[in-house]
Amino acid sequence: MHIYKADQEPAVRSLGPENLLLKGATLKNTKKINGVAVYTGMETKMALNYQGKSQKRSAVEKSINAFLLVYLCILISKAVVCTTLKYVWQSKDGQDEPWYNQKTQKEKDTNMYVKMFTDFLSFMVLFNFIIPVSMYVTVEMQKFLGSFFITWDKDFFDPEIQEGALVNTSDLNEELGQVEYVFTDKTGTLTQNNMEFIECCIDGFQYRHRDELDGFTVTDGPVSKLQQKAGLEKEELFLRALCLCHTVQVKEDGAEETPGDQVDGVDGMFPQPEEERCFIASSPDEIALVKGAMRYGFTFLGLESKNMKIKNRQNDIEEYKLLHVLNFDPVRRRMSVIVQTKSGETLLFCKGADSSIFPRVKPEEVERIRLHVERNATEGYRTLCVAFKQLSAEEYAVADTGLREARLALQDREDKLMAIYNQVETGMSLIGATAVEDRLQEEAAETMEALQGAGIKVWVLTGDKMETAKSTCYACRLFQRGTELLELTVRTLEDGRTKREDKLLELLRDYHRRAVQDAPPVKAGVTRSWSTANQEYGFIIDGATLSLLMNPPRDADACLYRNLFLQICQNSTAVLCCRMAPLQKAQIVKMVKNSKGSPITLSIGDGANDVSMILEAHVGIGVKGKEGRQAVRNSDYAIPKLKHLKKLLLAHGHLYYVRIAHLVQYFFYKNLCFILPQFLYQFFCGYSQQPLYDAAYLTMYNICFTSMPILAYSLLEQHMAIEVLLDNATLYRQIAKNAMLRWRPFLYWTVLGIFQGLMFFFGVRFLFSNPALQDNGQVFGNWSYGTIVFTVLVFTVTLKLALDTRHWTWINHFVIWGSLAFYVFFSFFWGGIIWPFLKQQRLYFVFANMLSSVSAWLVIIILILLSLLPELLLVVLRKPRGPHSRQMKRRLPSSGTSTIFMLSQTASTHSFSWSD
Amino acid sequence: MKNEGETAERPDNTAFTQQRLPAWQPILSAGIVIPGFLLIGLAFIGIGVGLFLTSQTIQVLERDYTGFDKDSPCFSCTNPNTQNCTCEITIALSELFKGPIFFYYGLSNYYQNFRKYGVSKDYYQLTGDTKSFKSPQESCSPFDFDSNKNVIVPCGAIANSMFNDTFELYHIINGTKKQVPLDGKGISWWTDYNLKYRNPSFVNGSFAKAFDGTVKPINWPKPAYELDLTDQSNNGFLNQDFLVWMRRSALPEFRKLYRRITEGDYSAGLPAGNYSLTVHYNYPVLTFDGRKKVFFSNVSWMGGKNDFLGIAYLVVGSLCVVMSVVMLIVYAKFKFSDDDA
Repeated sequence: MHIYKADQEPAVRSLGPENLLLKGATLKNTKKINGVAVYTGMETKMALNYQGKSQKRSAVEKSINAFLLVYLCILISKAVVCTTLKYVWQSKDGQDEPWYNQKTQKEKDTNMYVKMFTDFLSFMVLFNFIIPVSMYVTVEMQKFLGSFFITWDKDFFDPEIQEGALVNTSDLNEELGQVEYVFTDKTGTLTQNNMEFIECCIDGFQYRHRDELDGFTVTDGPVSKLQQKAGLEKEELFLRALCLCHTVQVKEDGAEETPGDQVDGVDGMFPQPEEERCFIASSPDEIALVKGAMRYGFTFLGLESKNMKIKNRQNDIEEYKLLHVLNFDPVRRRMSVIVQTKSGETLLFCKGADSSIFPRVKPEEVERIRLHVERNATEGYRTLCVAFKQLSAEEYAVADTGLREARLALQDREDKLMAIYNQVETGMSLIGATAVEDRLQEEAAETMEALQGAGIKVWVLTGDKMETAKSTCYACRLFQRGTELLELTVRTLEDGRTKREDKLLELLRDYHRRAVQDAPPVKAGVTRSWSTANQEYGFIIDGATLSLLMNPPRDADACLYRNLFLQICQNSTAVLCCRMAPLQKAQIVKMVKNSKGSPITLSIGDGANDVSMILEAHVGIGVKGKEGRQAVRNSDYAIPKLKHLKKLLLAHGHLYYVRIAHLVQYFFYKNLCFILPQFLYQFFCGYSQQPLYDAAYLTMYNICFTSMPILAYSLLEQHMAIEVLLDNATLYRQIAKNAMLRWRPFLYWTVLGIFQGLMFFFGVRFLFSNPALQDNGQVFGNWSYGTIVFTVLVFTVTLKLALDTRHWTWINHFVIWGSLAFYVFFSFFWGGIIWPFLKQQRLYFVFANMLSSVSAWLVIIILILLSLLPELLLVVLRKPRGPHSRQMKRRLPSSGTSTIFMLSQTASTHSFSWSD
Repeated sequence: MKNEGETAERPDNTAFTQQRLPAWQPILSAGIVIPGFLLIGLAFIGIGVGLFLTSQTIQVLERDYTGFDKDSPCFSCTNPNTQNCTCEITIALSELFKGPIFFYYGLSNYYQNFRKYGVSKDYYQLTGDTKSFKSPQESCSPFDFDSNKNVIVPCGAIANSMFNDTFELYHIINGTKKQVPLDGKGISWWTDYNLKYRNPSFVNGSFAKAFDGTVKPINWPKPAYELDLTDQSNNGFLNQDFLVWMRRSALPEFRKLYRRITEGDYSAGLPAGNYSLTVHYNYPVLTFDGRKKVFFSNVSWMGGKNDFLGIAYLVVGSLCVVMSVVMLIVYAKFKFSDDDA
């Protein structure tokens, strides 16, 4: 490759973002490319994204931190209490330094305050085990290992793309069980993004394709112009426009293409055996359009050295010189090409959303087309309008230089380009519109229904037209027949003579009154009951209104607007935001995320335009769709289809949450009742920081004796079967709002820990009022005391977990009984050998001697039972009126009727027809 | 987590990966728990009754001989200046004190479980390692060297504070004193005596030579190698009294085994009658407001007398029974109301 030759005037070429190869790009139709690394380091996309992700912290972690603070306070207060009491106690005569325990000279010389401080620190060290450091390790392990179950789940495997779910972060597993808001993209997520050209409208005449009529045009257009066609010339112009105005590439020899090859961004290849041609484009719409044109006789053959070739109806090859491509972007919502015909005419073809095309064409042409566009949109099709313009030589020259200059501009290149684009794309004439159908994802409706049943609010954020999005919402049963729609769109704002802002406020107030004030107060978490008595509200807002709402002309209103808006949204069962720019999607997510009660949000999307909201939400889910991999890469979890979201949340999320919540509480509890006896012992040893347990027990407690059962529990527990969780979406509400990690359950566990700690210590304390516990009259010492307490402790906390375990696999059996066996084995082993590296053989035969005492056995048994007694009682007393069994009984019939209701809803949606 | 290549494969359809491992799902139903509670309760009451009755049959005789009160026999000995003080405590038994009898001494407000006190010993010395006779562990301080920088063996506060009151028990038969033989063997843990502690080996046929260059603990009247000159197997670090003392007590109020009465005429126990206990009063406790006691007790399979266990079992047992009844009522109520619904 020669960029520069000495004998040649250097050609200036502009390089923009479109020339960048991002991480993960794969070569498609070239063998090699030459490239230059533009930038490496911390500000690459990858590094920045990585940072963004690592900041996501789950609600559980926040709870852990709060609990940790409480325990830290307990730790410090324990140390303070002990230190204070120590000095109070020592002030009594003879207590401080009895003759049998004289101090060294150094100790005597030390300053009293220094001594106090070191005593305080010693107590901190002695009690530090109350802080469950090992919990963090276990939590990390649980999250890491637990996330494999998502990857492994064969229900998430999609045979079409031969892939299962992907877990990008394991930090948020439990957050899946806490979701309150789901923000979903429409295209590719709710719908399949599998575009099919349905019909077009040329010059106001409708063309609907019928397969059986051999791919030719048939009209069944609007009532008034039935059986009429547009002029042939217009028809051909329109089809040429479809063939030329795109960035599709032709891949010949489609036979060798296998779906496995479309790994990256450029998806949408449709191997067509009969044509032996497939198209590659960044957007499936374009392919659908090109293929649509093909059906009407105009085939796009490809782009060869700036020449676009098309085969027309007469099977002649037409060639057009491609002069400029005015790229598509989501802000402009249109794209154009400038081509030159053989005869030297310069033509501009433009296609784009109606809202961006209509203002740029002659107004008199609009009306005829608008009807079609609106009807198509209502039916749920994606519509595009096509316009063209003939450029005179001068016009083109101006545009050409303008574009070249703008492309070479080093600063504000995009703004300058935009300006030129806007300048060129004016005064066009509208030639037609197209309608492309995007089918609903499989089980989209069932999934949405389940989510709503689970008390999750679903918001649809889409860039599409309101009508299209609304009909999708109906099809997904987000809106139902009885749902009262509250619209807040440009159209509702503009019907009065009043100013937009005033109208906005007026509407907001009105909707607020209807949806919030008049609605019967409902408890948080149980927002949607199955009874139809409650009026359900659906809320619709569009991008323009949203930006007005977010940035009102008077800053003072911002807060008021937002509050009203949020309250309306919170009381609506479903919210639809259409015409959203990607950034607005993120804005909405952020606003909800930061609203009162900071609800947990989940964003699901498949395209690059969803990345911002995926990153913004607590949990970002990427659908492995057709619009490239960016969403998947930036997501926390990626699933092949929307329908998998149901199992991901209702089953996996629920289980993960229950598991980790129990894990956290259990860890705090077991460390509390571990250290409490040690604290109590200080009252009996002159506050001298004498440990109750041997050092080996202190270290091994969290590492070996009690770690494995809870880890196994936190990986395998299914307090309810997965099928039950999937069948009863309402069960999800039981754990809503971090139910298992709030202060009440935490208090319960703490009280339990304190109770058991007291039992352990004082039970053994009373036993030791006569330390002659063996039948040979010999007495037990302090290490025997500690070992008895420790044995009771290990057995009690392990059995407590056994009581909580509802799902005993062989692994649970193995680790629970194995841990206890290991404890016994270890104690024998540790006490059975004189360890050469130890300065003191404190536990030598202590454990064996303990077991030789009947009294020790008896006290161990009774203390274990007594400690577990409240638990047992609760388990039993809770059972007869278990919320579970009753709820099931009550839920089942009503969910049955609702299914029937939904079915009728679907039918009516399909028969929903346009009437005006 | 996994790269593209791996996920492209269909996930394994195993019970483990699909979270479908066969599992036992116990549900604690009332049908199990109520009889269970009842059974446990009854069993506990049974054990409790057994324990309580056993504990009641154990005879205990307890005497405080601190001499705190002016009229107590050992009051004169509490003066720290008195040397080799002895006092006598009379004991009258109205019935046979069944043997074998265990003779304990007890101390209260005595903190053998001070942390600093507890580590103040050198285990290597006590295993007969003569190298450590020259350099004791620092934890022994301030009882590691005497004022002349000689090594104290055995060093440390525990050894130094070894209990050194001695007792003789006399049976008074018709005004004449007949000494009751006290057995000092088997009062310490078997493992302590046989495995954990070791005496240093003899040097030139003399046990005392092994301790050359060391001094006795400050409070001891005689060095370790003279603890029991009559019986070498009870001498030095293997002296049973020493071993008993070295096993630290758990609580500030404790008792330690002193002797057993198993021999001769008294192997069946102490017959009714008058006895006199001669105390060689050496051990000061009043400086820290401590108390000294002696205990005579026989033991059962559960050890010494301890009412706590029996009562605890009775209480928990009856609690279980009561709860099973309460649960039965609650359960019946809810079951009926469930049927109504």
